[in-house]
Amino acid sequence: MKRIRLPGLWITLILVIGVGVIPAINGSASLRESMFTILMSVALASSLNIILGYTGYVSFGHIVFFGVGGYLGFYAISQLGWNILPAMLVGGLSAGILAFLLGATVLRLRGAYFALATIGINEAMRALVINIPLLGGPVGMEMHFSEYKKYGGPMQALWMVYWGVLIVTVVTIIVSYYVKKSKFGLGLMAIREDEDAAEVMGVVAPRAKTWAYVLSAIFPGIIGVLFFFKNGNIEPGDAFRLQFSIELIVMVMLGGAGTVLGPVIGSGLYQQLRKALLTSPIFKNIQLAVAGFLLLLIILFIPAGAVGWLRAKSVKLRRVLE
Amino acid sequence: MGEVLITSALDGLLIDVIYGLAAMGLTLIFGVMDVINLAHGPLIAVGMFGVYLLFTFLGLNPFVALLIMAVIGLLLGFFIYFVAVNRVIDAPPLSSLLSTFSVNMMIIGVGTALLTTSSYNVEYSLGSFEFGFFRVPGARLMAALAALAVTGLLYLFMYRTRPGKYIRAVADNRSSAELMGIPSTRILALAFGIGVMLAVVAGGLIATILPINILAGGSFELKSFVIVVLGGLGNPLGALLGGLILGLIEGLVPVVMKTTWVPVIEYVLFILILLVRPQGLLGVKK
Amino acid sequence: MILQVQHVTKRFGGLTAVNDVTFDLPKGQILGLIGPNGAGKTTLFNCINGVYPPTEGKVIFNGKDITGSPTYKAAALGLSRTHQIVRPLNELSVEQNVVVGACYGREKLGLRKATAVADEVMEFVGIRERADQLASSLNVAQKKRLEMARALAARPYLLLLDEVLAGLNTAEVSSMLDTIRNIREQGVTIIMIEHIMHAVMSLSDRIIVLNYGELIAEGTPDEVSQNPEVIEAYLGDPELAAQLLEEERA
Repeated sequence: MKRIRLPGLWITLILVIGVGVIPAINGSASLRESMFTILMSVALASSLNIILGYTGYVSFGHIVFFGVGGYLGFYAISQLGWNILPAMLVGGLSAGILAFLLGATVLRLRGAYFALATIGINEAMRALVINIPLLGGPVGMEMHFSEYKKYGGPMQALWMVYWGVLIVTVVTIIVSYYVKKSKFGLGLMAIREDEDAAEVMGVVAPRAKTWAYVLSAIFPGIIGVLFFFKNGNIEPGDAFRLQFSIELIVMVMLGGAGTVLGPVIGSGLYQQLRKALLTSPIFKNIQLAVAGFLLLLIILFIPAGAVGWLRAKSVKLRRVLE
Repeated sequence: MGEVLITSALDGLLIDVIYGLAAMGLTLIFGVMDVINLAHGPLIAVGMFGVYLLFTFLGLNPFVALLIMAVIGLLLGFFIYFVAVNRVIDAPPLSSLLSTFSVNMMIIGVGTALLTTSSYNVEYSLGSFEFGFFRVPGARLMAALAALAVTGLLYLFMYRTRPGKYIRAVADNRSSAELMGIPSTRILALAFGIGVMLAVVAGGLIATILPINILAGGSFELKSFVIVVLGGLGNPLGALLGGLILGLIEGLVPVVMKTTWVPVIEYVLFILILLVRPQGLLGVKK
Repeated sequence: MILQVQHVTKRFGGLTAVNDVTFDLPKGQILGLIGPNGAGKTTLFNCINGVYPPTEGKVIFNGKDITGSPTYKAAALGLSRTHQIVRPLNELSVEQNVVVGACYGREKLGLRKATAVADEVMEFVGIRERADQLASSLNVAQKKRLEMARALAARPYLLLLDEVLAGLNTAEVSSMLDTIRNIREQGVTIIMIEHIMHAVMSLSDRIIVLNYGELIAEGTPDEVSQNPEVIEAYLGDPELAAQLLEEERA
């Protein structure tokens, strides 16, 4: 029997693309919207996985890249009249540059200090943006509805954005896979296991960490632009939501940090659970509590997450689930 | 102008003594077991609402309610320690960060469901006092004094009692402490319990002077982080100092800049200290 | 000279761990570094390979001044080391551990070539059958071999071995000694910190002795084992002193 090459990647891609095209097939706008949320989470969680799962640096405030990219891209669209594609580039680039600058400073910290610093950065950004009238201050910015005409009207625009997020998600997953399988990724994982020992072996940790951080920031930056374009407006509270940032960590841990499939499954499961709780009359108000309980169970009993747990079961599974 | 400055400064100081108390709880836990208690904010909220409920529905004097909440806080701390922290105490830091955060989520989730996110007020007044040009509501003065009193008690406990000594021993070197026969798990639980108790008491004190809501815990938690890092992770006296500094910043900055810049300054200072002097102002370089 | 250590001193606050140590190391030699516990041997290693910079003094490797350079620079130049307390990359496989060494060592190989080198090295060191096992699942002796394999995969010119025999039983020690000899055959210069006297004495071409951070003796194994200052340093440690005296009698 011919062995399929890269089964781990294909399984993940088929899952994402397969589920992702369902809204297109049945044309349902509400399905598209919930799928958008899931895909967005998948891409964000997969990006976070690069610095968290592969490199072992707990970025608690990772949403800051979503916010910064979103803000600058939205500014380009709504105030400068740019097209969405260059705006997405601006979003990704600005997030990447921010990560690069932070890499030189904040990545020098380890463990809990790094985690705290990332929270500080997110909160500082949010507080800063409130003081910048150019970006709308505390009220944020709004996009004129007519902006959608450029893309054939609001409905077309929404579908376009959907395909955009699906493509970005697929790209994120492919990048995540190739990083994991590359020499660069091996260096990251060595840093995760024992940064000092990795350096003794020759891994230039400061450089590797910075590039991992930049890579993990670009996609959230791009997605931020897509999200807020779809939203039609942006405000500081939405762009730098710390709670969402931490939910991303839950998604990565739930599915399995350090794997490609893990963040995908974790996001899917988490968002579905969230939806189920929000629509159930009993659990509606304690959705957060249930999520918290779930997180506690994972940490205490299956810290490797769903995919990690499966991978530990057999060599065959390890080959097929990346 | 000088009067305005001093009034603002003193105003900020009074409140931030209480913030310092809360921060002390956070820093104590970190100092003893290297765990950052991400449930800190919601626990402050538990203190706030505990006092509110006892005052409003049982008519208890807030300071009596505080004593009750202190005991509840201690027991709650034990519970949280054994459920969420003990198992992951030796695991990498991410585990305890996430396990305490899960407790955070659970408290906020249940709290929001029971109490919604609206604000509540503890209608408690002790009149007001005047010191020259400086007018202070009695309740604020009481709260600040209470915070200082608790700080003093904490110091007596840590340095004059046997359990306090054990805590300091375990904080210094857990394995050596165990070798000397100190039951480290129970001591860790005690330290965690006290840390939670301090957060709860601080919350209760805040409730006597400010309107409260369940989400305010989040902003107090962030403030606590800033204070703790300023003063030095692991040093309770540093927490008090950090609280005073923060109080000064919050009091004085709005006099010269728009208030909305205060958080920016606080967070930038926070990051700078982490980068430049992670041991804080009073910490010892490890 | 592959390594020149010149007047290296390391102070930690009030404590002087290494005091004005100077020695040269010719290529291809096995240098034994001995001394009672706490003499500053590992600290000296740390100063040499860059874990921390010496407070004073210079370290010159293959003519290049590497004083205070970060450890990854030393690795890139061909200086590898093992640790006293082994540091396996736990969640990675044995093979992955060694590949890291090959990828980021002196030759900076790509993944494919690195995997080939790793294969060779694992075979050489004797852990190839365990290639797919997780590093955390190995026993102490195997972990020590893994540590060595990782260091060798970097194709170093100079290898620092820090108590690589500690915790091994007699058979394991003997086997490891053979491996170290083979490493030397390959042209690698070695400095080894060791407490097992017969091993150090039989393997080393030259020995230097540290006591309270100072270099108190230098010479061939015979010379050193008869040096009264060395014997006195170890008299604080009677077992080792007895071993030394037995060497002398033998």
